[in-house]
Formats: sequence, structure tokens, C-alpha cells
Amino acid sequence: MKQTCDYTIGQTTFLVTLRTLIGWHFLYEGMVKLTNPDWSSAGYLLDSRGFMSGFFHSLTYKASVLHTVDFLNEWGLILIGLGLILGLFTRFSTFAGILLLALYYLSHPPFPGFTFSVPSEGSYLIVNKTLIELAALLVLYVFPTRIGLDAVFQVWWKSRKRAVK
Amino acid sequence: MEEKAKNMNRGEEQKKETPRAEEPTNSDKKVNRRAVLKGLATVPVLGVFAWGYYKKRHMDRVLKQVIRDELGMEYAPPIMSTAPASGRQLRLGVIGYGHRGPQLMKAAGFVHPSWIDSARSAAEKNPMDKRYQEFMEQDDLNIVINGICDVFDIHAGEQMAAAANLKRQGSEGKPAYPVKRYRTYKELMAADDIDAVIIAAPDHWHAPMTIEAARNGKHVYCEKPMTWTVPETFMVREEVKKSGIVFQLGHQGRQTESYIKAKEAVEKNLLGKINLIEVTTNRNSPNGAWVYAIHPKASPKNIDWKQFIGQAPWHDFDLKRFFRWRCWWDYSTGLSGDLFTHEYDAMNQILGLGIPQYASGSGGIYYYKDGRTVPDVQQEVFEYPDRNLSLLYSATLASDKDRGKVVMGHDGWMEVGGTLNVYADRESDRYRDLIKSGKIDPSLPIYSYSPGRKNLDAVTTATEKYFAGRGLLYTYRGGKRVDTTHLHIQEWLEAIRKGTQPSCNINRGFEEAITNHMGVMALREGRRVEWDPDKEVII
Repeated sequence: MKQTCDYTIGQTTFLVTLRTLIGWHFLYEGMVKLTNPDWSSAGYLLDSRGFMSGFFHSLTYKASVLHTVDFLNEWGLILIGLGLILGLFTRFSTFAGILLLALYYLSHPPFPGFTFSVPSEGSYLIVNKTLIELAALLVLYVFPTRIGLDAVFQVWWKSRKRAVK
Repeated sequence: MEEKAKNMNRGEEQKKETPRAEEPTNSDKKVNRRAVLKGLATVPVLGVFAWGYYKKRHMDRVLKQVIRDELGMEYAPPIMSTAPASGRQLRLGVIGYGHRGPQLMKAAGFVHPSWIDSARSAAEKNPMDKRYQEFMEQDDLNIVINGICDVFDIHAGEQMAAAANLKRQGSEGKPAYPVKRYRTYKELMAADDIDAVIIAAPDHWHAPMTIEAARNGKHVYCEKPMTWTVPETFMVREEVKKSGIVFQLGHQGRQTESYIKAKEAVEKNLLGKINLIEVTTNRNSPNGAWVYAIHPKASPKNIDWKQFIGQAPWHDFDLKRFFRWRCWWDYSTGLSGDLFTHEYDAMNQILGLGIPQYASGSGGIYYYKDGRTVPDVQQEVFEYPDRNLSLLYSATLASDKDRGKVVMGHDGWMEVGGTLNVYADRESDRYRDLIKSGKIDPSLPIYSYSPGRKNLDAVTTATEKYFAGRGLLYTYRGGKRVDTTHLHIQEWLEAIRKGTQPSCNINRGFEEAITNHMGVMALREGRRVEWDPDKEVII
């Protein structure tokens, strides 16, 4: 999606701030998991409730599948985090972040009737922080900024094309 | 910034207007510089992140190191032998195939073909059900079962089929190994082609069978409790020691990693002066209260009732007594013998408690009014004045509230089960400065050990959950889940081959039996009983 109008300085600043904060959150979550040799998504997946719980439980059945899920989760979080902070492959990073958050939300939907053994730090009904973070990424997806490494690449790409001509 | 954006747009328009320009103009360069600056605007954030991340990791590491230095505990799993069976093949006899018998035979590598069929199909339906896979991967102990004995014909038939199933096959296989059924345990003990026996008969038979085995030079793996009465406890010890056989009592918790780490925690004095130990039993199902299923085809015609009764008081044929014998003092020592002994042995392993000086007890039949004579709610207190501590056992068969094994000391306390958690006490002397400086948070464990943490457990029944939570069902070797009973039998077999002593040998068994009997006597006689260690009598 292309930026079709110019934002005010405030708009740009806070859009970029929001993107950076979410990126930070992703990056740290990924780093914590990557550097903890005992971390596994197994407990979280098995704690899943709701209409998609069967799918999430099934990811734990085979050790090879579980290891892949763990790997994708750890590196997915790290790369999305870096992408959002640096504004690198921003559209793809934002989309991947939305997808990951949607999976987290659907695995533990805070709907009436579901209780989870993984404790949450707040009280939630249908809306939780994962959903809010997801919505924030949707906002970033439809309001892209020109701040980030993508812009540098764009300029570099254009000048390279010109040089070729 | 707004102005800059406009400039940038203008710059782009200019570029469109002058497509033939080969060299970038000054304006282009300005635009590029601006774009690069904007592009790198958030890079410093990454620097801040890296700094914060390093600081936090460093702090965590320092904190951990402070605690590690203070505690001196190893975080790695204990080194234990899991070497596959070596040396000569041992020939076994197994007595009893009721409730525990099949479990022991499975741990030794032998199951009825129907078990393979059902476990295999359960695994196909539910990939989380790993029973089949685990059994098939269980080490071969290099043994054969040459003889079996059970007083119930149907069980004996099933036991023969299991013993013959050397290749772990389902009903499609043709087990051809010749297994002999003995009508009496004495005949089995006298057999020349049997080196060692596993005793899984009812409790009132443990001592007579062990004594007979010892007299015939057969090594013994005996289920707990070791004995049913006090006098036979002395006889068993004497006969086992005299014969020189290798005796292992069936407290498979000896193989649990977290118990081994708990012992290390006590040795490193993490808890300070230990003054109270609380061990418990909580179950809330008919199966957990020994109301086992009665076989629909069981009758006086296929049960050798006289042999079942043995030295117990005579009673007319009664299917309930045969299948649910744990509910009567006539054949068991109730909660104490069946479940306290496991708890006691865990604490004896961790703390080297030995026999207490005093015991008192109370309890009653408060829930299962089904004609049983043993209590379903029971408390026992054991005093160790020379160690300055009390051991409290509290049990109910009608509440599933989870209470662990807790060891309390002046400086800290620990909870032991499948996992181990050690906490610093708020009022501790040893940890006072670390708590004050915030390096230790008393609400969080200062040491936590969770064996095989990355593995998934699928424990299927409430009773299994009870045992798993207490470290009695599974433990881990090299991160892999293993049946503790399998390891306990393996240890016994290796001790036979090498002529060494296993972990729950006759001395530990003697301590278990005397402690159990003290608790039962105190409860049944309504008085505090005392152990005289010099004369070796219960007063």
C-alpha cells in the first residue's frame, strides 16, 4: 500500500512510534524464547481452547512438527520485530505480525466459558491485548509511513535503475 | 517535516519531468540524503534495544550466579546409569497378576498381546497417547520369565500369555516361549530354572514368599510394603541377609530424578535446620480407594481361596475380599502400607531418616462405608527427637486436593514431586542479606528442577496423575520419559549380575516396614508407640 497523502509531523511520529514499540515487543519476546534452552511452545499449545484448539493441540503430536513450530515462532518474532523497528520489508513484516497475533488470539480466545492454565495479568472479555496489538498492526498496514530502511532501498533502487539507463 | 515531505514530492515530480537526466542533480542528492536520514531514523532504537537487552541479560545472569554461588547446586540432571543390560540372561518367576503384577511385568518388558492391540490402536486414534511407543522403546532387560503363579486361573492364563510374549507382539503374533504355571509359590521357588522372583502377591504374602525365596537362593524384587506384621519383618531381614540374595523393595521413587536433586539440596543445606516434613495422600476415585473391578467370571471354582487366605484369619469365600483385599486389615496395612510407605521411602531416600523414635496416629472410615476395616482418612505423626524433626503423614481417599511432599527448614522449604522447588524462608538467617538486597524473592523458587521439561506428558487417569505428580510413575533419563518401575527392576537385575546392593535394599526395607508398623500400631491401638533401637522392639 502506498502513502497517498502527506501526514502531519505528529501523525508520522506516532505512527512510527507505534510501529517501533510493537517491533520492540516482538523482538524481545523472540529473543527471550531463543535464549531460553528450556522454552517450548508445547505447554501453550496444549492449553489452547476454542474451535481451533484441535489444530493447536495437533501441532504438539510430533516432536519434529513441534520443533518446527518453535523455530518458526522464535525466528518469526525476531524477524518481524526487526522489520517493524527498522522499517524493513515493513508491509510483509506487518502482515506476518498480524498473522502471528491472529494465531495467538485464536489459540487462547478470551471468550466466556474458556479458562486457561496460562495465567493472564489482566481481565479480558473477547478483547485482550493481543487483539489490540493486532488491530494496531492493521492500522499500520493501512497507514504506511516513509520512515524506515525500505525508503533507503527505494532510493537506492531508483538511482540504480537510472544509472543502468 | 511537512515542508520536507512536500519538497520530496516536488523532487519526485521534477524527476518525472526530466527522465533523460543521466547525472543526479543537486536537488536529487538532497532528496536522497533526506530519504536516507528518514530511512535510518529508527535504527538508534535498535541500539537502545541492544543496550537494554544486554543490561537485563547481564543482571539476570549476575543474579542467577549469586544464587548459584550461594546454593552450590548443580542444574544438570543427576548422572545415573541407563546402560543396557549386559552379562548373563536372568531367568525370572513372577507371582501375582492382579493389579500390580501386570504393571511390574510390563516394566520388565512383558505384556499380554491384548495390551499391545489396545495401546497400538489408542496411539493411532490419539497421537498424544505414547504408551505403545514408550513400551516398544523400553530397554530389553535380557531376561526371560520361566515360571508364573497366581491363585486365580484366569489371571494365571493371562500372566502366562504375557510372559510368553517375548517379542512384544499383539494378537497377530504367536508367542511360543514355554512358560510354566506353578500352582503354589513354594513349587515356583524350588524350580531349578528360576534365578530370581518378582513378588506382586497381596501384602500378607510378601514375607512368607520372600523368606521362601531366600531359603531357595532366589533373588527377590518384592512389592511394598515389605511385610504385613512386625515379627515377619525381623524374619525377612534375617533370611535375606543369611542367604546373601539381592533384595529390592518396590519403592520405584528411588529412581526419580527430582528426589535425587532434593537429596542434593538437603546435603547442601539449602533449607537450614529441617524441623517438619509433611507428606500426604489425596485421592478421590473408587479405583484410588481400592474398590477395584471384580472379574465377572471369578468364582470358587477358579480361585484357590485357601491359598489366598494363607496365614490371614479364615474367612469364607468373598469376591470383594479377593479383589479388594487392601480394604481389610486381614490382608493389608491400609493407607499406611500402600501409600505412606512410598512417601516415607522418598523422605528416607532424601533425608536418611531411618526408624522414628515415636509414632502416633488417628483416622477413621469416613467416606467408604462398604464394609472395609481400614480407614479412608488417616493421620500419622512420627517423631525423630535425635534429628529434632517430625514427619507428618496426612491422607484421605475422598478428596483430590493436591498436596505435595513438603520439607520445612528454618532457612527454606521445598516441595518435591515430579518436580522440585526450593524457596527461601522470609525469616531465614542464611538468606537474610540476599532477600534484603532484593537478590532473592521469597515468593519465587531459589532453585527449581523440572526433569525433561521440554517433553510432553499425557497422563490418562486420575490415579496415574496422582502417581505422576509424586514422581512415582515416570522419570526422565537424558530428557526421555521412562517408567520408574522399569528403572527400579533394571537396577535390581544389574545388582544381581554384578553382586552389588540395589538402592532399596533389605536395610531400607527394614526401616520402611518398622516405621509402617509403628504407624499402624499407634493408629489401631490408639496410643503413642516407641521404638527401642538397642533391643529392636516396638514398645
